[in-house]
Amino acid sequence: MKKDYEVIIGLEVHAELNTKSKIFCTCKNAFGGEVNANCCPVCTGMPGSLPVLNEQVVYSCIRMGQALGCTIHNVCKQDRKNYFYPDLPKAYQISQFDVPLCENGSLEVILDDEGHTKRIGVTRIHIEEDAGKLIHDDNFSGSLVDFNRCGVPLIEIVSEPDMRSSAEAKAYLETIKSILQYLDISDCKMQEGSIRCDVNVSVRPAGQKEFGTRVEMKNVNSFSAAVRAIDYEAARQIELLEDGGHVVQETRKWNDAIGENMVLRSKEDAQDYRYFPEPDLLTIVVPQEKVDELRAMQPELPNERCKRYLFENKLPRFDANLLVENRDRGDLFDATVALGAPSKAAANWLNGDVARLLAERGVTLAETRLTAAGLAEMIAAIEKKTISNTAGKTVIEEIMFTDRTVEQVIAEKGLAQVSDAGALRGVVEEVLANNEKAVGEYKAGKTNVLGFLVGQCMRATKGKGNPELLRGLLEELLG
Amino acid sequence: MLYQKSATELSAMMAKGEISAVELTQSVLDRIGETDDKVGAYLTVCSESALAQAADIDARRAKGETLSPMAGIPVSIKDNICTKGVLTTCASKMLYNFKPPYSATVIERLEAAGAVMPGKLNLDEFAMGSSCENSAFRITHNPHDLTRVPGGSSGGSAAAVASGEAVMALGSDTGGSIRQPASCCGIVGLKPTYGSVSRYGLVAFASSLDQIGPMTRTVADCALLYNTICGHDPRDATSAYREYPDFTRCMGKGVKGLRIGVPKEYFGLGVTEEVQKAVLDAVDALVREGATVKEISLPSTDTALAAYYIISSAEASSNLARFDGVKYGYRAKETDGLIDLYERSRSEGFGDEVKRRIMLGTFMLSSGFFDAYYKRGKLLQQRIGAEFAEAFEGCDLIATPTSPCTAFKIGENVGDPLKMYAADICTVTVNIASLPAISIPCGTGADGMPIGLQLIGPRFSEASLFNAAAHYESLVGGFNKIPAIG
Repeated sequence: MKKDYEVIIGLEVHAELNTKSKIFCTCKNAFGGEVNANCCPVCTGMPGSLPVLNEQVVYSCIRMGQALGCTIHNVCKQDRKNYFYPDLPKAYQISQFDVPLCENGSLEVILDDEGHTKRIGVTRIHIEEDAGKLIHDDNFSGSLVDFNRCGVPLIEIVSEPDMRSSAEAKAYLETIKSILQYLDISDCKMQEGSIRCDVNVSVRPAGQKEFGTRVEMKNVNSFSAAVRAIDYEAARQIELLEDGGHVVQETRKWNDAIGENMVLRSKEDAQDYRYFPEPDLLTIVVPQEKVDELRAMQPELPNERCKRYLFENKLPRFDANLLVENRDRGDLFDATVALGAPSKAAANWLNGDVARLLAERGVTLAETRLTAAGLAEMIAAIEKKTISNTAGKTVIEEIMFTDRTVEQVIAEKGLAQVSDAGALRGVVEEVLANNEKAVGEYKAGKTNVLGFLVGQCMRATKGKGNPELLRGLLEELLG
Repeated sequence: MLYQKSATELSAMMAKGEISAVELTQSVLDRIGETDDKVGAYLTVCSESALAQAADIDARRAKGETLSPMAGIPVSIKDNICTKGVLTTCASKMLYNFKPPYSATVIERLEAAGAVMPGKLNLDEFAMGSSCENSAFRITHNPHDLTRVPGGSSGGSAAAVASGEAVMALGSDTGGSIRQPASCCGIVGLKPTYGSVSRYGLVAFASSLDQIGPMTRTVADCALLYNTICGHDPRDATSAYREYPDFTRCMGKGVKGLRIGVPKEYFGLGVTEEVQKAVLDAVDALVREGATVKEISLPSTDTALAAYYIISSAEASSNLARFDGVKYGYRAKETDGLIDLYERSRSEGFGDEVKRRIMLGTFMLSSGFFDAYYKRGKLLQQRIGAEFAEAFEGCDLIATPTSPCTAFKIGENVGDPLKMYAADICTVTVNIASLPAISIPCGTGADGMPIGLQLIGPRFSEASLFNAAAHYESLVGGFNKIPAIG
């Protein structure tokens, strides 16, 4: 009989920072570009070139450390990690070895709709440089190197082995991503590789105290790939143990296309990186006042915001998540609610029509003219029954993409709701006269045709009739 | 002949219109043509571009432009300093064809000052060596005796300046590579305070010890060239942020009251008696001028060579890893895969001494050995630095021999690396402690070869070093003497 196994997961997340220039030179920190166009003697490790640290990289890393409750080592050094590979032109990566900028933090992840959380330890966060990319061309039999990515600043966030399922790992990764976005220190464009992770997996029979042998997986390039890679590797290890074998400590490479991994190198081949202090760079010293200043910049973090939406705004988990996912959307929600709009209505509009229109036009919220004042005014107009919910759909599109105010749109498009019973009575009479069949059915007891008749009246008023008033009039005249 | 004069004299002559930069440059190029077959100082001679630079200076002067004192002065460059579009080989087969896409900061500064570059000078491969015999391309001979080495690693620079094939030169000094050849060739060489001259564009040997410096025939020239190359560089994080005086105006203040320390440890160490005597005589000469002398002790001196070879080899093993046959320079032919390409390119591209140091450094940084070597090396470094700091509380300058002996015969020490390493015994401490030191001629040995006096000062005390060195120079009636070659 199969034993129960516990899966132990630790993650090393590499996030590219969105600083203007690279970590050790003045080259632009930008994705893409013509091959080898965005690099200089420093990026390409030319003999004699020297690195000069971009202090913004240090600040971004410290901000992430503060968001994860880390101890900040405001005095620390950088180290060389030596290894040969064609995409690493100096044959060493400037990283941090024994003293990272940030250490001993943790992160709370929300696991389910009931708001259950789990705290995942964060061992350390350090700064380092990215390497270039090997590329292959059909017209050339060997490999080619693009050095544009060399010197792109990275932070590496190393977790404790605290996760117990691929779902927890995914929640952790998503939380890390949303914090990076809230701090505005990374573009978080997964398709451009701005967040990558190495996954450490081990398994142990339920109840066993000692960890099993750990396997590291590289080349995990999306969060969904992380889930697949973890599930695959855990199953592989359990099967090995069940068959009486044992897990070998090694590094494996995940191939997401075929959904399998394979050995990259064994423990015996583990590289000796010969770390030593980088002699070309000075000790990093960030004054305590600067550390405090960075701490003061920290925005409300996504998990805190999510809890606030759930417990203070009483939003359903689904709405809360959608609002938290995008910081701009959440900010606009907060501002709209602050102007008196009901939470649920504001959330519905932002997560519904606004999100749909943004997707249709392929733009971001910041690129539209939508303001909290406009949204609050429109919601108020609906609440006051000045316009119908349907008319609201027209209004929202106009105030997002034109410079008109809510008032102007209602006036210009004639969207004001007709709530004059005298004016509507004629319309109702006409609808009843034209729908004898429905009237017959209603009188025979099929009262649910009333909705159909209200719809006919709305159509006749071109959406401007107050639907509740129309319903009342219909009931009266049919009664 | 023009090439025999000092840069300071030549600068004044050009300013007065007595000579043109083209005439001066041509004189140096002619001298190279005449003697370099025997001396072997140059790896690349840039006749055309040098004459074009000189003509440009003459044209600018003719237009009445105000020019720097360095305008039109030929300055030759050690071949481990990057010169855009001009071969920079580090005297290694590994970089036999390497033309950098950029110039070192010191080159930009020289160009901005209007200096002319006649060519690039030989060295021990990647600046590792004390005799210039480790060059992959040619042997450089000491102009005072062609059967002897010029010292190293800046042997090409020293030989060129001493023979008149260069008016001035830049060298680099990691453990004595400016001072020891300056001593061997009877010229002036300054190893500046670490951080005062930008290392940007100097092909790194040991990043925490390397420093570019001037090599000249007179102290005033040394100050003039140092003026041009020192200063903060935002492209070098280890470059000091500070203001520098005009060093050419820091001389002539006399040595009255100057407290000279003489460390007893520098007068054992296999230093020959004639060298000891010449150095102490030079100190006496300064004492007669009003300086005071006292014996001091730097007890950790005997550990300096070990600390030096640990730190420098460790850093070198990493710095030289980029030479892998992939991007530029030498690549082995018909290789079988990436690892074979790396292994064979590096095995075939590097010379023995470079490989020895890469292996030493790689070993010492390896997991399990780091604490025993690198960490202890750094501790020794701290101790040596602290001893100097303490010594400078009681004296202004420290006087020692530069090289323990006069220039040895070519081939004499090849195959005995430990004996070769001992040539740096008096100079490495200065790099270890990030201090400035100048080597100046102080007589000759029984073999007729020059002996060097090393003056060491606290960090950023170059002005004081120039003043003391220039005073001694005036006492002996000037240094600027070019030997007959051959």
